[in-house]
Amino acid sequence: MEASEKKRLAAMATKVRMEVIEGTFHAKSGHPGGSLSAADTLTYLYFHEMNVDPQNPRWEGRDRLVLSKGHCAPALYGALALKGFFPLEEIQKLRHAGAMLQGHPDMKGTPGVDMSTGSLGQGISAAVGMALAAKLDNAPWRTYAILGDGEIEEGQVWEAAMFAAAKNLDNLCIVVDNNNLQIDGSIDQVNSPYPIPEKFEAFGFNVITIDGHDFDQIDAAFQAAKACKGKPTAIIQKSVKGKGVSFMENQVSWHGSAPNQEQYETAMAELKATLALYEG
Amino acid sequence: MAGVIQKATRDSYGAALVELAEEFPDLVVLDADLAAATKTGGFKKAYPDRFFDCGIAEGNMIGVAAGLAAAGKKVFASSFAMFAAGRAFEQVRNSIGYPHLNVKIGATHAGISVGEDGATHQCNEDIALMRTIPGMTIINPADDVEARQAVRAALEMQGPVYLRFGRLAVPVLFDDSYRFQIGKGVQMVEGQDVTIIATGLLVNEAVHAAELLKNEGIAARVINMATIKPIDREIIVNAAKETGAIVTAEEHNIIGGLGSAVTEVVCETVPVPVVRLGINDTFGKSGPAVGLLKIFGLTAENLVVKAKEALALKK
Repeated sequence: MEASEKKRLAAMATKVRMEVIEGTFHAKSGHPGGSLSAADTLTYLYFHEMNVDPQNPRWEGRDRLVLSKGHCAPALYGALALKGFFPLEEIQKLRHAGAMLQGHPDMKGTPGVDMSTGSLGQGISAAVGMALAAKLDNAPWRTYAILGDGEIEEGQVWEAAMFAAAKNLDNLCIVVDNNNLQIDGSIDQVNSPYPIPEKFEAFGFNVITIDGHDFDQIDAAFQAAKACKGKPTAIIQKSVKGKGVSFMENQVSWHGSAPNQEQYETAMAELKATLALYEG
Repeated sequence: MAGVIQKATRDSYGAALVELAEEFPDLVVLDADLAAATKTGGFKKAYPDRFFDCGIAEGNMIGVAAGLAAAGKKVFASSFAMFAAGRAFEQVRNSIGYPHLNVKIGATHAGISVGEDGATHQCNEDIALMRTIPGMTIINPADDVEARQAVRAALEMQGPVYLRFGRLAVPVLFDDSYRFQIGKGVQMVEGQDVTIIATGLLVNEAVHAAELLKNEGIAARVINMATIKPIDREIIVNAAKETGAIVTAEEHNIIGGLGSAVTEVVCETVPVPVVRLGINDTFGKSGPAVGLLKIFGLTAENLVVKAKEALALKK
């Protein structure tokens, strides 16, 4: 990937992170940790890879993204708003009564959201169904799903994985955001799903392991996924929960709590400094 | 009324899917390793490109159905009622109900008439579960003609539908002039003394019960309530006003099903006695289906008893 494109994406990912902080601060709740760990991948998909049209969110030929780890909606909302699906002002009303942006993605109410998610393990099945629909129509669009590493403790994930491979859905690419933390602790201590790549390989996936904060690796993985024929791809990305906000990084306590005024200001100052580096 | 030919509504379901396949090119059928039993096997054979076996994984099947529907397909997802409504309840609720996706759930082997397989496979709770999902339409057809028309009606409407079919062959009640409409109850027998509101295979029993009651000088009205949600309020209110006593009859737990739905309407409009006949908050048993229906009291004879109870409560 060209240096200028990498810089553009890094700047955009920082803006997405600022919207995560903005949204969860104003909501006084939400899930910043996992939103921040998935921000680079979401940015890559919406600003580099996916064929979508903010003016026509329901365009039939678009690529689809299912945020199976629906609690990381703040990152999805940031990407969608910055892409132009809805005004950025909506972010400040996240989780407010009567506002558009729900705590978890709502496809009926939010332009750009391709599937309502939030109950873990279910989004991947819907993504599989979408990929199947594209196959039925011989349509070229692709389907992406982003899962949490804790989420893959849900049995439904493996039902869906088995089905996707059995039906040769090479137009499906899932991402496991392996930040190693879930609410009750580190995933290996709670109910270890490790080793993750071997599991998806055993289920018949093309598996690619990357650093989820390195745009060269992200780019290479998604291009390899597109080139792979006959089976679905699972990108296992090592990531840092809370990435980009130093005091949130690798802290499980930031899974589901919002920054207070002081933390908000500190986080935003830090992200603004990062943004200046990329935009300077 | 024919009343001689017997056919299981699961067979009607399978036949209807094949009948409708050409007319609806976007129709996709899913099953979970039960195509021979749910009768989607006919569609599987005739339209293999539009049939997907999801294996023994009902939760995923419901999610796949949601994804297909989100991409514009008209999907029927099939399994036994126990697994479609029971095991996959939360998937139905969150992946289909909440986004109001265009998925039709073809649930067969509902109720105790599953027979020999016994309690683990006899779902008497599905109507209750499905009723609590906002925007879910629930149809429990009484016979072959109604079942086939219900499949078409479900396909023609936008939004989630739960269709409940039986394993046991039941008498064909309607002829081809019958026109099923979602949300409309149908009066089968006129009467002014008491009303029996029945659904599914209890409709036939209700018609027989009305004949038995007539011999005793009691004029029972019989209503076939195939659509349990949205319930036909008008026909219930009129029955309450005009007959002053109601009996409900269903092959389902008396908690949460047709009896509850009718009672809710009656209590809020024209409070009159309602006596519920159904599975009396207990699990099923193994045995031949017809014998089980007798053991659990889902018969015309017991409906006569219930009708008299309702009449005794009438002011």
